[in-house]
Amino acid sequence: MVNWKVLLNIAKKHLLTKFKQTAVAALGVTFGITSYITLASFMTGLNNVLDDLILNQTPHIHIYNEIEPSKQQPISLYDDFKNSFNVVHSIKPKLNQKKIHNALPIIKYLNDNKDVKGAISQIKTNIFYISGSIELVGNLTGINPIEEARLFNFKDYVIEGSPKDLKNTENSIIIGSGVAKKMSLSIGERVQISTVNGTVFPLKIVGIYQSGVSDIDAIQSFTNIKTVQTILGEAKNYITDINVKLYDIDRALPLAKKIEQQFNLNAVDINTANAQFETGSSIRNLITYVVSFTLLVVAGFGIYNILNMLIYEKMNDIAILKAIGFSGKDVQIIFMSEALIIGIVGGVLGLLFGLLFTNIINTIPYETEGLPRIKTYPIDFNLWYYVIGLTFAIISTCFAGFLPSQKAKKIDPVKIIRGQ
Amino acid sequence: MNTVLEAKHINKYFKKPVLFHVLKDINFKIDKGEFTSIMGKSGCGKSTLLYILSTMDTDYEGELYLDNKLITGDSKDKLSYIRNKNIGFVFQFHYLLAEFSVLENVMLPAKKLGEKSFQEIEHNAMHKLKILNIDYLAKKKASQISGGEKQRVAIARALINNPSIIMGDEPTGNLDSHNSDNVFNIFKQLSHEQNLSFLIVTHDEDFAKRTDRIITMEDGRIIS
Repeated sequence: MVNWKVLLNIAKKHLLTKFKQTAVAALGVTFGITSYITLASFMTGLNNVLDDLILNQTPHIHIYNEIEPSKQQPISLYDDFKNSFNVVHSIKPKLNQKKIHNALPIIKYLNDNKDVKGAISQIKTNIFYISGSIELVGNLTGINPIEEARLFNFKDYVIEGSPKDLKNTENSIIIGSGVAKKMSLSIGERVQISTVNGTVFPLKIVGIYQSGVSDIDAIQSFTNIKTVQTILGEAKNYITDINVKLYDIDRALPLAKKIEQQFNLNAVDINTANAQFETGSSIRNLITYVVSFTLLVVAGFGIYNILNMLIYEKMNDIAILKAIGFSGKDVQIIFMSEALIIGIVGGVLGLLFGLLFTNIINTIPYETEGLPRIKTYPIDFNLWYYVIGLTFAIISTCFAGFLPSQKAKKIDPVKIIRGQ
Repeated sequence: MNTVLEAKHINKYFKKPVLFHVLKDINFKIDKGEFTSIMGKSGCGKSTLLYILSTMDTDYEGELYLDNKLITGDSKDKLSYIRNKNIGFVFQFHYLLAEFSVLENVMLPAKKLGEKSFQEIEHNAMHKLKILNIDYLAKKKASQISGGEKQRVAIARALINNPSIIMGDEPTGNLDSHNSDNVFNIFKQLSHEQNLSFLIVTHDEDFAKRTDRIITMEDGRIIS
């Protein structure tokens, strides 16, 4: 039979008459939560950009044919030497076709898998860019521009022109920004490329590509699959790589293993290829949480202090409340609710300020060549930070309020009244 | 006769700094409508006795009956409820909650009891203030009124739940003779008109002489 209305009314009176101290305590919480929201949103935004830089354009599973020596040399197949010790010198890699056998049925099979967001084909080949008598080494990748844009954010890295132009123009090319700079090329001009066999081919530039990794940008170019097949003089089923994007990145490893076994191909999953990025993100997250936690602990001590002071000041009031029939529990509820009111008000204000600050940061211009699609500081707006922030504010004020309220509960009214 | 409060074989020890027997086998009864005062020298244990009778101090031996019901050994929450409903308090110092208005101070124990609606409680509180001729103070803050007025507000607060008994620890100790008379007359009037019991600890001999019965204590015993 706790009479909440009466107790909350007393708590409210206490807080309002000591408005300045209450405000300072609440501001402590506000400061902690604001910093947490700002830090978490900003750091995670930055993390996502850094991860995207590599991971977004990396397929979750990359399927290709590796050039490698045969595991079984011919001599081991010959029964006469079965029981002898064979030494084979100068093993050469097996002449293997680069092309993936039955690539089109495999792609169809992968696209039918419910974990797969999309599987698309690529042709990778080495070429030379020809500028007068100078030949520059480069990579040409044949892609399906629209699918590539849908699954691997290709569009974000085409800084001039668009993937659509590549699709719609015959014999067109999107060249890396490094290549364009070296050869002073721009959109609309033509570039001569030569295959390893010496066939020279003129292609029209419809876009400039910049990944942010300058070593890649200095050699990489893209064109339609069909164009590469024509340049190489290969058939329409000639495909060297299959890139797979999944809905859930954690399914990559098992699926890659399965593909390797089933089709006798090389399949590499994203976590194996880029293990260091996971580590970097989790450490940055850890730092964010440690800093925010410290701020909230400091805020918690502020609340603890102010409640303690309040209880010393209100010693007589507590005694009289107990004398006229309020139980120790009632008194504890009064001081706990004071702590919680400070926590909730401070926390909600912190969320609002956090939202405000992240919005301001989000408009500050930040341009860097490495990240072509970033125009302002990146912010990750995520509802979870707000839920965690408020929960943390309430929990820490609960802890801060508990000891002082416990003390208030135990105050012996007789001692106070007789001590006067 | 209607017994309101009865003490049987109350013994109390102070354990610190040395073991000290404060109250020695206290037995007495207070009847309904009886106006009793407790007198004695400082340190004779009269205040200690009062706080045991008030249920705030539970560290004693013996038995205590309120309205013929044993209340010794009840839980703290139960005792809080008993104090709230059946016992009214007036202290030497006024002990009002400074942030609240006079009316709110008077209403507080009734709100805690929660048996009546807000309107009823407010009406009752105004009625009590009127009995004590201080209804004009209702909206003032408790920190803005004089000492004599504060003591009358405290009495109004003690009355709000229509308790069985009102206890006072030197309620006139801090007042001048005029206000002291005033408080005594209020007690006397309430005792006669509403048949309320009073148990007042006092040093003031004039005050005690005018009550129905004087309990005199010495060295932890009742001597008359």
